[in-house]
Amino acid sequence: MSEVKIANYMMNFGPQHPAAHGVLRLVLELDGEVVERADPHIGLLHRGTEKLIEYKTYLQAVPYFDRLDYVSPMCQEHAFALAVESLLGLEVPARGKAIRVLFSEITRILNHLLNVTAHALDVGATTPMLWGFEEREKLMEFYEQVSGARMHAAYFRPGGVHQDMPAGMDAAIYAYCDRLLPVLDDIEDLLTENRIFKQRNVDVGVITPADAQDWGFSGVMLRGSGVAWDLRKSQPYDGYEKFDFDIPVGKNGDCYDRYLCRVEEMRQSVKIMRQVINALPGGPVSSVDRKVVPPHRGEMKTSMEALIHHFKLYTEGYKVPAGEVYTAVEAPKGEFAVYVVADGSNKPYKCKIRAPGFAHLQATDFMAKGTLLADAVSIVGSMDLVFGEVDR
Amino acid sequence: MTDALKQLGDHIAQAAPGGVLEVEIAKNQLSVVVPRDGIARVLAFLRDDAKCRFSCLMDITAVDWPERAERFDVVYHLLSLTKNQRVRIKVRTDEVSSVPSVVSVYSSAGWYERETWDMYGVMFADNPDLRRILTDYGFEGHPLRKDFPLTGYVEVRYDSDQKRVVYEPVTLTQEFRRFDFMSPWEGAKYVLPGDEKAGTKPS
Repeated sequence: MSEVKIANYMMNFGPQHPAAHGVLRLVLELDGEVVERADPHIGLLHRGTEKLIEYKTYLQAVPYFDRLDYVSPMCQEHAFALAVESLLGLEVPARGKAIRVLFSEITRILNHLLNVTAHALDVGATTPMLWGFEEREKLMEFYEQVSGARMHAAYFRPGGVHQDMPAGMDAAIYAYCDRLLPVLDDIEDLLTENRIFKQRNVDVGVITPADAQDWGFSGVMLRGSGVAWDLRKSQPYDGYEKFDFDIPVGKNGDCYDRYLCRVEEMRQSVKIMRQVINALPGGPVSSVDRKVVPPHRGEMKTSMEALIHHFKLYTEGYKVPAGEVYTAVEAPKGEFAVYVVADGSNKPYKCKIRAPGFAHLQATDFMAKGTLLADAVSIVGSMDLVFGEVDR
Repeated sequence: MTDALKQLGDHIAQAAPGGVLEVEIAKNQLSVVVPRDGIARVLAFLRDDAKCRFSCLMDITAVDWPERAERFDVVYHLLSLTKNQRVRIKVRTDEVSSVPSVVSVYSSAGWYERETWDMYGVMFADNPDLRRILTDYGFEGHPLRKDFPLTGYVEVRYDSDQKRVVYEPVTLTQEFRRFDFMSPWEGAKYVLPGDEKAGTKPS
């Protein structure tokens, strides 16, 4: 019998596959089980955020940032708030900065809990997901206490944060830090030395430091390859330079190292949160420049001027002097940046959102070529993709 | 920080192949405008030069200024991990002139250029895969251009009779409301209601 030659075949991975992390349509060209070419089709969640922001005032633009990467909302508001503050030349009071750092780190834990456990789920471990989500829910309660919303908080606003934390919340967060660490240990007990987890991740999706830079990687994807680069250390914003924390760096640049980096980053975030709470300054939480930050409700009852400010800021908004600025923050997924061009009106002339996941996903073809189909799942899982930000 | 930026700006202005058109430092950020045809060589220089080492291309985007003859600024954001510096490189172009692709310099440019093409219709010569990326299959137009309406031209819905998704022209139950925040006291750019009578003689 003559040998039958089987041609390569195409396979659609997603957009409804659970391991596609949302609406990724990955068109794979397979030779047996080996990936010959991977072509991600994105844009299924494209909502035109950048266009919408051009038609909204600066304050109205803030909630759009929650809806980009919906598992780390506050870090993205942070980038936008920093950009607008830089254009306005606005100074944030010390307490506002400290609360922002505190909630940025809560956000980092929220994000990494989801990614680590969802990645584990992709490679076959169900339990960590359930444990991780329980902790996420507790952390989102802190979100809810300060902003009223579990996810789409709109809490970091140009000038500071929207409201002060409720009384006693710092102690509650501090106490929670002690309860989180044992859960991280439990999750690590299940995964870190797990034979199956290591077989699926060690030496899978290896990327060299030079390639990672060439592909525009940032965050854990870059650090996993051994590049010690973190914007919180190298270009600190909002007082990160005052805190003592370490940046975990991988050695091999594979999916397993990236997992280890994320777990360690959560522990470092707890360390930062404790330092913030121990030295939480008093004073206002946002700028008292009433031409930008609206007055408190109470003030409006007695002050005519406050009433006028409130009305003007919530209808017309504030005008931002012409200029352009690119501000980046170390979001949990990598360098999240906004490039705002202002034309002197009350709306951004242009607001480009630089999403880390976009650059990471681009390298799927490079990283998955020649690997097995099952490894492609690990690679996509370790990239930490959320399609809200990739598609914008 | 500003001194270092100034030095870097001077260095780029002197040594960049093809020369530079403008160097500006504002808000502690350096932007350099370079001629369009030389962009790939300039970025290769910035990546390899010992004083620059911009090893990461973080972003490519465009800014639309419809009133200008060359209406698009194509903006490249570079990051140097070893020098801890950022730089913004700009080239100018219009709807018909293509910008040389920089995929051969930075692999990450591929999708950034696809996105810029998709959103603004800026063409990149020699990009190996210049397909649309974010918009729908079969989409027409370039949504981030200033002359593209916010609501777009078509909308989709699932038609239960035809058992498929159908595309229809946008129908708005209410016109998109564009509020005018121009204060009449600051000098409106249009004739204020009632002012048009000022020129005519009362009858």
